[in-house]
Amino acid sequence: MIDPLTRRRLTNRAVMVLASGAAALGLTMLLWILTDVARQGAMALNWDFFTKLPPPPGMAGGGLANALVGTLAMTLLAAAIAIPMGLACGTYLAEVGRGRLAGAVRLVNNCLVSAPSIVVGVFVYLLLVKPFGHFSGYAGAVSLAILMVPVITRTTEEMLGLVPTALREAALAIGSPQWRLTVEILFRAARSGLITGILLATARVAGETAPLLFTALNSPYWTRSLAKPTANLTVTLFNYAMSPYDDWRSLAWGAALLITGAVLAASITARLLLRDGRG
Amino acid sequence: MNKPAVKIAVRGLSFYYGDHRALEDNTLDILAGQVTAFIGPSGCGKSTHLRCYNRMFDLYPGHRAEGEVLMDGVNLLDPAVPALTLRQRVGMIFQKPTPFPMSIADNVAYGLRLQGRISRTELADRIEAALRAAALWDEVADKLTEPGTALSGGQQQRLCIARAIAVEPEVLLMDEPCSALDPIATAKIEELIDQLRGRYTVVIVTHNMQQASRVSDQTAFMYLGRLIEVGPTDQLFQNPRRKETDEYITGRFG
Repeated sequence: MIDPLTRRRLTNRAVMVLASGAAALGLTMLLWILTDVARQGAMALNWDFFTKLPPPPGMAGGGLANALVGTLAMTLLAAAIAIPMGLACGTYLAEVGRGRLAGAVRLVNNCLVSAPSIVVGVFVYLLLVKPFGHFSGYAGAVSLAILMVPVITRTTEEMLGLVPTALREAALAIGSPQWRLTVEILFRAARSGLITGILLATARVAGETAPLLFTALNSPYWTRSLAKPTANLTVTLFNYAMSPYDDWRSLAWGAALLITGAVLAASITARLLLRDGRG
Repeated sequence: MNKPAVKIAVRGLSFYYGDHRALEDNTLDILAGQVTAFIGPSGCGKSTHLRCYNRMFDLYPGHRAEGEVLMDGVNLLDPAVPALTLRQRVGMIFQKPTPFPMSIADNVAYGLRLQGRISRTELADRIEAALRAAALWDEVADKLTEPGTALSGGQQQRLCIARAIAVEPEVLLMDEPCSALDPIATAKIEELIDQLRGRYTVVIVTHNMQQASRVSDQTAFMYLGRLIEVGPTDQLFQNPRRKETDEYITGRFG
């Protein structure tokens, strides 16, 4: 029989070891992925990668310039659609909405936040691809926007909720109408939080593949119009990584590094902004 | 000496938070150009009473007022009186300073810009006049473009007063304006209230009885939502007519 104190110490130590081990395992995996992507990707990134079209199968050289442009264009268009909608929706929930309707909107939004992105892709496929008979960059942007809106809505509601009531009352007490109060004071007071939400939402969709598979598909050519299938980094990465050609796989590593780097940069910027905003 | 005119006549004012009655049949006169103080223990309804003068409660569903608050003969509680114009005539200062997230100059200009287009030079003049009237000009004259939130607490509160008086309201409501400030900042605000006397009708809610006796001409003592006693400040503190008032100001309860 061991005495209770020793027993407690042993339990404490065992749990510590387990917890630290789990943390170490997670961190190792992350670092492994990051270093592997960085090492393999760095070899693929060169001037051609950013300026040339993909090479035919089995040929060396070439780049993913078209996919880069396509991803940028679709992400920007998605952001242009989703930012106003998300801000408006979050503002409604935080400032205007009361009772049942607001409750319903909040519930739907929470469902959307966790909706699998592939489901959104299929939905947009039925809405914007099938009726037109072809894949398009517009459909891709819309599916990305649908993924962004709930994230922006939620952070907007939360960030506006952090603005003290006294500030709202002070503005109303001086005769400010609600809309001016919202635009001129609340948005300003919550600025860094709102930008953070937008950045995180953008970072989230920039790395999405599933919804694009059903909407923008991909293309080996320059995108002259978003009305056509549009090249993008993630689907290209998906295709090339599984191809039997070394050159394509190398380009896929390059794409992986680029996407990871962009998402990481956005997340870090968001964190810094939030810290500055609160300090 | 002539008796000052009545600026706000409160008649039978009751207030409800849902089913809970927070004010019961309050009746008093707020005299023009004077400082009226409301004192009483926490939760007695002082702030609730004050917030009826600019219909601040409009914001919240379930809050409603009954009775009359007549400013120059017009019932402010009448929904036909637009809240926005009412609030430009009745300014309010809150417990915690509430500078807007913008520059010092923009803070003061906020209410002015709400009233419509205004020329640059006139705006600058009125910003300066308001900051001078709020005894803040000398401290901020060379940093008007810096954020209002960077000022000290006492300066922020004077900035809020400048913002409120920039639109030339007739009445200034102050809801415990010094409760978040240190004694030196408090003294400055009290001095400022003294200077505002005459130009504005000031109504101040305070926890601090010494403050009420220092700054006000007239004092109202509230307890459990009722107005127990209203009278000239000197008389109320030195020679209260009601037993409850006497007990409260001598510190026997509250």
